[in-house]
Amino acid sequence: MAKQVRQLDRVVIRFAGDSGDGMQLTGDRFTSETAQLGNDLSTLPNFPAEIRAPAGTLPGVSSFQVHFANFDILTPGDAPDVLVAMNPAALKANIGDLPSGATVIVNTDEFTKRNLAKVGYDSDPLTDGSLADYTVAPVALTSMTVAALQDFDLSKKEAERAKNMFALGLLSWMYSRPTESTIRFLERKFAARPELAQANIAAFKAGWNFGETTESFAVRYEVKPAKMAPGTYRNITGNVALSYGLLAASVRSGLPLFLGAYPITPASDVLHELSKHKKFGVTTFQAEDEIAAVGAALGASYGGALGVTTTSGPGVALKAETIGLAVALELPLVICDIQRAGPSTGMPTKTEQADLMLALFGRHGEAPAAVIAPQSPADCFYAALEACRIALKYRTPVVLLSDGYLANGSEPWLLPEIDELPDLRVEFATEPNHELPDGRRVFWPYKRDPQTLARPWAVPGTPGLEHRIGGLEKADGSGEISYDPANHDKMVRLRAARIEGIAQDIPPLTVDDPDNDAEVLVLGWGSTYGPIGAACRQLRARGVKIAQAHLRHLSPLPANTGEVLRSYQRVVVPEMNLGQLSTLLRARFLVDVISYNQVRGLPFTAAELESALEEVVKNA
Amino acid sequence: MPRPDAAPSGAPAPGATVPRSLQLVPKAEGRLTAKDFKSDQEVRWCPGCGDYAILAAVQSFLPELGVRRENIVFISGIGCSSRFPYYVETYGMHSIHGRAPAIATGLAVARPDLSVWVVTGDGDALSIGGNHLIHALRRNVNVKILLFNNRIYGLTKGQYSPTSELGKITKSTPVGSADWPFNPISLALGAEASFVARTIDSDRKHLISVLRAAAHHPGSALVEIYQNCNIFNDGAFDVLKDPSSRDSSLIRLEHGQPVVFGANQEYAVVRDPAGFGLRVVDTASVPASEIITHDVTVPDPAYAFALSRLSGEDLSHTPIGVFRAVDRPTYDELVRGQVTTAQAKVTQGAEAELASLLHSGDTWTIL
Repeated sequence: MAKQVRQLDRVVIRFAGDSGDGMQLTGDRFTSETAQLGNDLSTLPNFPAEIRAPAGTLPGVSSFQVHFANFDILTPGDAPDVLVAMNPAALKANIGDLPSGATVIVNTDEFTKRNLAKVGYDSDPLTDGSLADYTVAPVALTSMTVAALQDFDLSKKEAERAKNMFALGLLSWMYSRPTESTIRFLERKFAARPELAQANIAAFKAGWNFGETTESFAVRYEVKPAKMAPGTYRNITGNVALSYGLLAASVRSGLPLFLGAYPITPASDVLHELSKHKKFGVTTFQAEDEIAAVGAALGASYGGALGVTTTSGPGVALKAETIGLAVALELPLVICDIQRAGPSTGMPTKTEQADLMLALFGRHGEAPAAVIAPQSPADCFYAALEACRIALKYRTPVVLLSDGYLANGSEPWLLPEIDELPDLRVEFATEPNHELPDGRRVFWPYKRDPQTLARPWAVPGTPGLEHRIGGLEKADGSGEISYDPANHDKMVRLRAARIEGIAQDIPPLTVDDPDNDAEVLVLGWGSTYGPIGAACRQLRARGVKIAQAHLRHLSPLPANTGEVLRSYQRVVVPEMNLGQLSTLLRARFLVDVISYNQVRGLPFTAAELESALEEVVKNA
Repeated sequence: MPRPDAAPSGAPAPGATVPRSLQLVPKAEGRLTAKDFKSDQEVRWCPGCGDYAILAAVQSFLPELGVRRENIVFISGIGCSSRFPYYVETYGMHSIHGRAPAIATGLAVARPDLSVWVVTGDGDALSIGGNHLIHALRRNVNVKILLFNNRIYGLTKGQYSPTSELGKITKSTPVGSADWPFNPISLALGAEASFVARTIDSDRKHLISVLRAAAHHPGSALVEIYQNCNIFNDGAFDVLKDPSSRDSSLIRLEHGQPVVFGANQEYAVVRDPAGFGLRVVDTASVPASEIITHDVTVPDPAYAFALSRLSGEDLSHTPIGVFRAVDRPTYDELVRGQVTTAQAKVTQGAEAELASLLHSGDTWTIL
């Protein structure tokens, strides 16, 4: 039977199941197939902090959403067009996000009385009419997988575990995805157990064939490749991009990368990734705690390495004193904060942007640091490079504010040419830099470069420059301990001026205002770039005028920030916190910005931003 | 248990010129002197402080290392002792409270060409920095940790410390402290430190001999230095210094020698048949074969631990010298070895290698 093929511009699919069902892997593979096909895409993994919550329960539900299109897209999609629910818990946890008319593919084998009761279904939603608004496709995923694998020498449990590959095969058929890369992937993944590789491939193919032959699925869909700039692409998550950015900074500076880290969600993947790349001369140090992680990174920096520590909010809180020491020592140090929902342990696997004030001000004394934030998963690469550039050039701690959404989300990345990346080479001090009144040439560790106000970086092992530095206040220039009131005032101002001066070395804030006639500016920072951009597009498509700008540098702010803010009647600042950037902008520029906030542990949807922004435009 | 025939680890083997701990550190061209290690900073400890003696001993010892001055680094935390780096004409960092071992770990791993020393105190190392200390010791990073133990907080003007004896009357414990103190040697051995030693500020010769053994030891070395705070805890170690009491209190550990002490060696250390450890007896009361022969190389830290338990809070029967010096792979050697092995497989330049990495995995090209 020839199936009908329907063309679509864009589709959002959410795979949802138990934590042990392999939904993240399924989503990753579907994404990779989609990337191979040339669609633009954006993904949103969503999983519990518990590794294996009790099977079949709501807290154990893990999901992976992928949005793909034949045009460039900015977000993982507000609402799924298709939900794959591997069990009743997955259905219950996700059905509320579906618009009416959406397709729900359910694994009927799991809809037992016991499993329904576990999540509080009094009756079977597949038969009680409660899903009438949706197109429900009941599929006996588990039993069909087991049947497909009966010739394999596997236990029933092992066979059942391949059901995610059956589901992947079915969805790959439905959306006409190329399958070769998944087959290759399975061969690689189970190289040590070829029978498991073959079984998973068989389940994957059985899912595909089921779609092809069953009458339950009459229509097959195609989403044509998106028009994208020429070049070579790969799909990349924020944490991998960030890791690669740090490696690139090491290569482009010629300094060995030293990562000090303590395992913490959602930052650990950077430690995992970098620990694989020792051939770049990377040292990864899994420390005894967050404080040791940053301490060792600072020690390595003191020795002339590119010292980096990666963590999330709770870790930044613990590292505060050492970051303050780095401020006083004026040594390069990069602190990557992959933000998660707080306070305290909060929601470790959920995203938030509530560490901005912590990054800017979370140290005792006047302890300014540079702060920058990536705006998309692939941008984490460039943001990491920029963080290293500033740290090395200005001899300062730099906080890089990624978040859980960027860390685990992915998008296609147009791979850069290495020689076009910034040149980050540094010069260490090798000679005395000061002449005393008696004519002796000496080394003054705090004699600054007049342009950057950075102090010389004299690493141990350099003859003739032996000197002592520390957390005690130092005399301007000589670096000797000083309690002189005027000197302290001067040093505090110098440290602040050094950070503020970076504003001359970063691009001005650019505004996307297509007709230059918008009255309302929406200003964001960090991971809200995608949803804000998508909302602006939807508004403009309807003729609503809106300007968009996005801050990459939060400290210092671009030199023209105040001017941009003042040139619009109203400025809206959406943030996944209670208004931290808004507070800052109001204080700094006396502009009455409108704060739009949400702290649900999830990125904004484009639709809610669209209506919020439209409201402001109407009242402007 | 003791094996008197084994040579102590860390001590230079006959004929060997450079111990493993210093092999990668560039040699000094000429002979340096103590004066070369005196910085131009005015020393600001209280007059009479034990720190002066330790500083002078270290400065006179450093030339003996035979390495370039610029390749020596002192890293300290916070406290009176932690001002130490300012006074030594090497590279130095006066860091933050308790964190020196962590900072030194990063430096030592990143820079095998440095001789890295940590200077810390009983509050710095054992209270606020306890975690870093035990982890640096168990990892066996090539850093030498000098723990100045004065059993008091001096810089904050006289609160009890984690080594103060139970019931200590101080500003913060007017009716006596209720904390059971740490024995730093026992703690280090519990963390399976590969080198553990104790010495006293007032015994310069002994101090330098212990520094030498520590410097020659590959891996982490903990040297506890009893140090008198003449302002807030004066006389804390007098029992070990007073001619009338020191001979019956101090047990000088010598590798390969029987553990005996007293003015006429009238006391000896033997296994305690009633317990798991060691005990002090009259030498005359036991056959010579029962007296323990000191061996720093015993793999099981239980032997050195038993030695460390001989001294009570009152410092009676206090062993000094090297308790333990065992050879074990160092963390920094292992980590650098992994990097070297990985780098040996690289056949192209770093930029080409990076390009290969970025292009690894599933890629697609749009023309």
